[in-house]
Amino acid sequence: MTMHMNTESPICVELRGVSLNYVSNGRNVHALQDVTLAIRQGEFVAIVGPSGCGKTTILKLVAGLLPPTQGQVLIDGAPVKGPQKNVGMAFQNPILLPWRTALENVLLPLEIVQPHRQEFARNRRKYEEQALHLLHTVGLEGFADKAPYELSGGMQQRVSLCRALIHQPEILLLDEPFAALDAFTREELWGVLQTLWQDRGCTVILVTHDLREAVFLASKVYVMSKRPGRLVQEASVDLPRPRTLENTFEPAFVNLVHHLYTCIGEVRA
Amino acid sequence: MSDKMRKRLLDVIPPTVTIILFFLIWEVGCLVFGVDEFVLPRPSVAVETYFRWQSAIWPNALQTLYTTLVGFGLAIVMGVALGALIGYSELLYKALYPLLIGFNSIPKAALVPVFVIWFGVGTMPAILIAFLIAFFPIAVNVGTGIATVEPEMQDVLRSLGGSRFDMFRKIGFPRAMPYFFASLKVAVTLSFVGSVIAELGASNRGIGNMMVIASSRFEVPLVFAGLLVVAAMGVALYAAFALLERRMVRWAYRGQN
Repeated sequence: MTMHMNTESPICVELRGVSLNYVSNGRNVHALQDVTLAIRQGEFVAIVGPSGCGKTTILKLVAGLLPPTQGQVLIDGAPVKGPQKNVGMAFQNPILLPWRTALENVLLPLEIVQPHRQEFARNRRKYEEQALHLLHTVGLEGFADKAPYELSGGMQQRVSLCRALIHQPEILLLDEPFAALDAFTREELWGVLQTLWQDRGCTVILVTHDLREAVFLASKVYVMSKRPGRLVQEASVDLPRPRTLENTFEPAFVNLVHHLYTCIGEVRA
Repeated sequence: MSDKMRKRLLDVIPPTVTIILFFLIWEVGCLVFGVDEFVLPRPSVAVETYFRWQSAIWPNALQTLYTTLVGFGLAIVMGVALGALIGYSELLYKALYPLLIGFNSIPKAALVPVFVIWFGVGTMPAILIAFLIAFFPIAVNVGTGIATVEPEMQDVLRSLGGSRFDMFRKIGFPRAMPYFFASLKVAVTLSFVGSVIAELGASNRGIGNMMVIASSRFEVPLVFAGLLVVAAMGVALYAAFALLERRMVRWAYRGQN
């Protein structure tokens, strides 16, 4: 057990009775209904559910990219009123800026987020070293000066993870970050992400439709219903860390995945 | 032979063959059908005339190049500035676009007499026409590049709390660079055309003016020598900016090298 699993930590992210409606193509879409959850500092939470159930919407609410129609989103007890500076986000596609090198892409948040923004020109060397170190941790040593198109999909996603972490955010939001990768690369990156999280101790919300991924990485897995999305199940993953791919074939792991699989089957029906 | 060299040759040979064939058909056609030099001189005659009149052609060609590049330079400055404005603000886009379309719809040749009244015959009308004709494609391209940033890319910056101006500076503007450079190679040829058009109507210098004088004296081979020079300069300008484009926005041409 690591300190991240400490249930005594204060609550970091909280959703209270959150609902969201929006109009798309003239149709009223009811995306989320009455979602309540509390995530403790340093916790790794995964949200799984059928596609189009509003998983991504939860991340956008926490990031302050969308305001809730009803209810409240709180970070460290304060209502979210707009984009947050202590949040890092990675998406299903790496979305790197093609005109920047890997290193320059990782540095982007430091050019935007305070207080780094002010000091960026002065401390560029220091920031570059931090970015290089981060690239090294995800196994991209020697690729710092490559353009995105010179990197494979997996490498691009690693760069994207570094970009989400460079400004040392308190909360890391991951929107199906490995969904577009092949199985081998994906499972390799689970390990990378686990290490990053254990090093940094930040709070992580991972949205995924891969149940094995959720169980491998998270301390707690929430299952969402189809639209309008509600939280219908909550499962704690008490497997020891660091978890290895070998663990994924053990009965405790398999049973948990099977249990979630059954839940999803029920909500999709 | 290496693959690279083979690819190089494949790039060079087809256009060379086409150009040679074009001149060959022209030459042979004139000979076979006995076309009068006064109507259509053979290319060999035009080239010969070029060498005979070289010393008269070049100062005029350089004058045209000068008005083209000055007008084009103005077009870049104004085009980028206006493109950035309409790309940045949807309101400005809506407000300015119809007017821009209106200006662009005016045939530039129709403006030559107006400029002659304002500025007199000479360099100024040529520069202004070169500017006006090239300004629009640059502005529209830069504006489009900035305005069409993918929502996903916007989310990256928005999730960091970036402002609208950050979005413009870090994403919109750099993203518009391939659009900008693509428009340059088109715009520079347009500028050149504009400059020659102005000289045809109202100048005492330049390659256009030289052609008008030559045709008024019925020296048709000299007119065609002038046309060849005009074509060669147009191609050279296009090539120069195409090369610049490849250099500057290599990232936009990935996998096509």
